[in-house]
Amino acid sequence: MQNINFDVAHLLAGSILVLSFVLLYQDRITAVLNVFALQAIALSLSVAWQAFIQDAPHLFVTAAIALAVKGAVIPMALHRIVRRLGIHREIEQVIGAGPTMLTGLGLVALSILLVLPVGGNVSVLAREDLAFALAVILMGLLMMITRRNAVTQIVGFMSLENGLVLAATGAKGMPLVVEISVAFSVLIAFAVFGVFVFRIRERFDTVDVEALDRFRGERRDHT
Amino acid sequence: MAVTPAMTMIFELAAQAGQMLLVLAIAPLVLGVTRKIKARLLRRAGPPTWQPYIDLWKLLHKEAVLAHNASWLYRVAPYLLFATTWVGAALVPTYAINLMFSWSADLIAIVALLATGRFALALAGMDAGTAFGGIGSSREMMIASLAEPAMLLVVFSVALIAGTTQLSSVASIFITGSIGLRVSLGLALLAFVFVAIAENARIPVDNPATHLELTMVHEAMVLEYSGRHLAMIEAAAALKLVLYFSLFACLFVPFGMATADMNVDTVLTGLMTYLAKVLVLATLLPIGETAVAKMRVFRYPIFLGGAFAAGALAVFLLFVSRSF
Repeated sequence: MQNINFDVAHLLAGSILVLSFVLLYQDRITAVLNVFALQAIALSLSVAWQAFIQDAPHLFVTAAIALAVKGAVIPMALHRIVRRLGIHREIEQVIGAGPTMLTGLGLVALSILLVLPVGGNVSVLAREDLAFALAVILMGLLMMITRRNAVTQIVGFMSLENGLVLAATGAKGMPLVVEISVAFSVLIAFAVFGVFVFRIRERFDTVDVEALDRFRGERRDHT
Repeated sequence: MAVTPAMTMIFELAAQAGQMLLVLAIAPLVLGVTRKIKARLLRRAGPPTWQPYIDLWKLLHKEAVLAHNASWLYRVAPYLLFATTWVGAALVPTYAINLMFSWSADLIAIVALLATGRFALALAGMDAGTAFGGIGSSREMMIASLAEPAMLLVVFSVALIAGTTQLSSVASIFITGSIGLRVSLGLALLAFVFVAIAENARIPVDNPATHLELTMVHEAMVLEYSGRHLAMIEAAAALKLVLYFSLFACLFVPFGMATADMNVDTVLTGLMTYLAKVLVLATLLPIGETAVAKMRVFRYPIFLGGAFAAGALAVFLLFVSRSF
C-alpha cells in the first residue's frame, strides 16, 4: 500500500514537471494555454492524491480551487484575450527551443542537487515533491525570461504558482487560510495582468514586450 | 533418456540459431506489413506483404553496377552494414531470455554495433564522389550525433532501474512487474520512440518511400548502389526495424517471454507473443507516420532534442527517487 501511494504521487508530480517542459517547448500560443490547463489539472489530481494519503480533507478544497480556477477559468479567459488581441500566430522566443530545453534540464538538475542533501528525517515523498516543485518554479521563471509575448509571460507566472502549490501540499500542516489567500492573490494578479495586456496593446499596438525596452530608451534602433 | 551436457549445449545453440534465423526471416515481412498498412491508410491497394522478399530476390540476381572511381570501401560497406545489423538484431532477446549468447547482448554494445554499420554506410555514401551521397552522409551523421546521446540516456535510465545494461537481465527483472509505476520508464519510452523513428529513417525525420525529394537522407546515401549491394542494404534496413521493435518489446513489454525453464510450451508462448508484439508495433508505426507531416531538416535538432530532454529527465527523476 505504501508503495502504490508513493508510485502514484511520483507519477503525478513527475507529470507536472514534464508538462512544464512541454510549456517551454511549445511555440504556439493556443497550445501553450491548453498545456497550462493540463498542468493545472495534473496539479489538482496530485493535490487530491496528497489529501487522500495524508488524510487531510482541507487539501481537497485546494485541489478543487486549482481545478476550477487554473484548470478552467484562467485558461478560458486567456483564450478570450488571445482571440480579442488577434494573436493566434506563432510566438517568438528570445532564445531557441533547444537552448531553452537544455537550460530547463540544468534547472531540474540544480533543484535536485539542492534538495538531495536535506536531512534524513524527511519523508521520501516530501523531499521528492520539494525537488519537483522547485524545478517547476524555476522553469516558470525561465519561461517568463525567454518569452517576449506578454500573454505567455503570464502563463509562465501562473505555472510558477503551480510549483508553489505543489511545494505547499507536499509539506504537511499548511493551513487552509494561507492556501485560499494564495489562490485569491493569483486571481487578482491575473485580473491586473489582463488589464495590463490591453493597456500595453493600446499604447504600443503590440503585446511584444520588446516595445517597452525601446520606450524606456534601453535599446537604440538604427531604423 | 539422460540429458548429457553435450545435448543441452546443442539445444542452447539451436535456440540461439533459431533466434538469429527468426529475425532474418521476419524482417522483410515486417517491412511489407508496414508498407501494406500505410498504403491502406492512404486508400491505395499497395503491394502484397511479401513484396520485400521478391524485391530482395530480384536484387540478388541483378548485376551490381559500380562507379568508376569507387574504391574497395564501396563494395565492403554493404556487407559490413548487414553483418553488424544482423548481429545486433540476433542478440536482442526476442522469444526467450537467457539464450546462449545473451551475456553479450549489452545495450551499449548494440548501440555501438549500429553505429559501426552507420559509419561504414556514411563512408560509402561519400566514396563514389557524387553530391547526393555526400549530402546524405552529412545529414545521416547529423541525425546520428543527435540521436545517440538520447539513446544513451535511455540506456542509462533503464540501467539505473534494472542495475544492469545486459538486455537479458533487464528483461528478467522487468518481466516480474516488481518495478511499479515509474515516470522515468514512461519518459524513456517516449525518448526511445523518437530515437527509433529517427534511426529508422521514418516520417517525420526521413521518408523511406521516395527517391525524389531533396530532403531525403538514407535513400540519398544509397542512391548509387545496385544489385546485391543494394539487397544487403535493404535487408539491413529491414533488420534494423526489427531490431528496434525487438528492443521495444524486450525493454518495455517483456511479458510472455520464455524464462529459465525452456520447454515446448514456454517457447511457443514466447514466439507467439513476440510475433504479436511485432505485428502491433508494425501496425502502430504507419498509423503514426500517416498522422504527421515530414519536418524540415532544421527542425531535427528540436525533435531529437525533445528526445534528449525526455531521456535526461528520466535519469534525473531516478536520482531523486533513488538516493534515499
